Amino acid sequence: MSTFILTESRLDPAHAIYDFTLLAGDGWMHEIMRGQTLRIVDLDGNQAVDTLFYNAHDLSDRYSAQDTIRAQGALYLTTGTRLMSSEGAVLATIVADTCGRHDTLGGACAAESNQVRYALDKRWMHSCRDTFMLQIARWGRGVTKCDITHNINFFMNVPVTPEGKLSFADGVSAGGRYVEVRAEMDLVCLISNCPQLNNPCNAYNPTPVRLLIWP
Amino acid sequence: MSSETILFEESLPGGGLWSWRLRRHTTLRITDLDGGTNVGLMAYNADQPLDRLNLPDTLKAQYTARLTRGHVLMSDLGHALLSITADSVGWHDPLGGHGHAALVKSKYGEATYQEKRNDWFRNAHDNFLIELGKYGLGRRDLVANINFFSRLDVDVAGKMKFYPGNSRAGDFIDLRAEMNVLVVLNTCQHPLDPNPAYAPRPVKLTVRQTPPPGASDFCRNFRDENQRSFILTERLFPGAST
Repeated sequence: MSTFILTESRLDPAHAIYDFTLLAGDGWMHEIMRGQTLRIVDLDGNQAVDTLFYNAHDLSDRYSAQDTIRAQGALYLTTGTRLMSSEGAVLATIVADTCGRHDTLGGACAAESNQVRYALDKRWMHSCRDTFMLQIARWGRGVTKCDITHNINFFMNVPVTPEGKLSFADGVSAGGRYVEVRAEMDLVCLISNCPQLNNPCNAYNPTPVRLLIWP
Repeated sequence: MSSETILFEESLPGGGLWSWRLRRHTTLRITDLDGGTNVGLMAYNADQPLDRLNLPDTLKAQYTARLTRGHVLMSDLGHALLSITADSVGWHDPLGGHGHAALVKSKYGEATYQEKRNDWFRNAHDNFLIELGKYGLGRRDLVANINFFSRLDVDVAGKMKFYPGNSRAGDFIDLRAEMNVLVVLNTCQHPLDPNPAYAPRPVKLTVRQTPPPGASDFCRNFRDENQRSFILTERLFPGAST
């Protein structure tokens, strides 16, 4: 395993303009203005935070996992990663990271993908994409399922081997670790704090995360 | 292939674009005519296009970051869209995505239609949008695409590197539709292709009638996850012979 480079932030939570604790299984959809910084804190460790970003003025211009990894020539997200849109714009930049590696290949869990991955009778269990669906229903403004695209999994570790195998490795995060994203344009951010109980992406123990915004 | 009925065949030049509503249990063969082609592809349930290719779901269900025979391309609603029933290459790229007009311009310069007619420089993003628009789909319907015939190697630190010479003249892949599938594809170069010249390569597209996958079908049985995805898909077609 390569060594992770960790970057701490100088931002003081006392000066945040927004401070909210998001429970596991809950969703969050919120505007983040250009120049503002969003911090996501993995309060208890090994949580997965499924996250999407949109250009607030044109939701069809949105986070693209493939454009992001291609732009940096590497699969894993950390400090310095520019989060690219489907139309080639820079949505945001990761400016601090005390975890060191985040995934954008694994997507979000869903009722239907849980059926495929685990068992046909798992459909009823709560999932990230059900959280996304409820959040966009409440948000309104014409957002629909087609806007739910391939997301970032903050704090999740999904290594690809040289043979092209995809593995779901033990988390590299721990309680109190955080990642910070600076908005490079006005954004809408959509988060599902992952409720998955069928695999170790969050150590079978979904836990809360803290969301802070600085101006 | 000889005993099966070829429904039609078309050739597509490099930089070209194409879409088709593949009927259930027909198979699309894509043949690399000159070697070194790249085929960017997206897929949708033709009967309900909100049900669409989801590469993260496809890859994590099959624990793979490359695609080859046995793999099933899955939708975000757990359905099997296309099965890879034959593959002479062995590695197809699900990671690299596709290029936009700005990328083509920065890598290859400009060649307008006015000046070059149909030898102008095209880009995958615009080609996807043109074909998607024919079905009422647009920017919001773009999904992560596969790059057939191309390969990216990934090292332990996650660095991606284009693997040259992955596909040779005559190499092919077979994609069997497990439902009615809208396929949207183009033959623009892979966005990480280091070739400094605009040199997209042609393919042949062959659509043929194929038997439904039986109980012992290779793709169905490739993994337990694939079996469950087939079951969910067959529930969409009650009474049909599987």
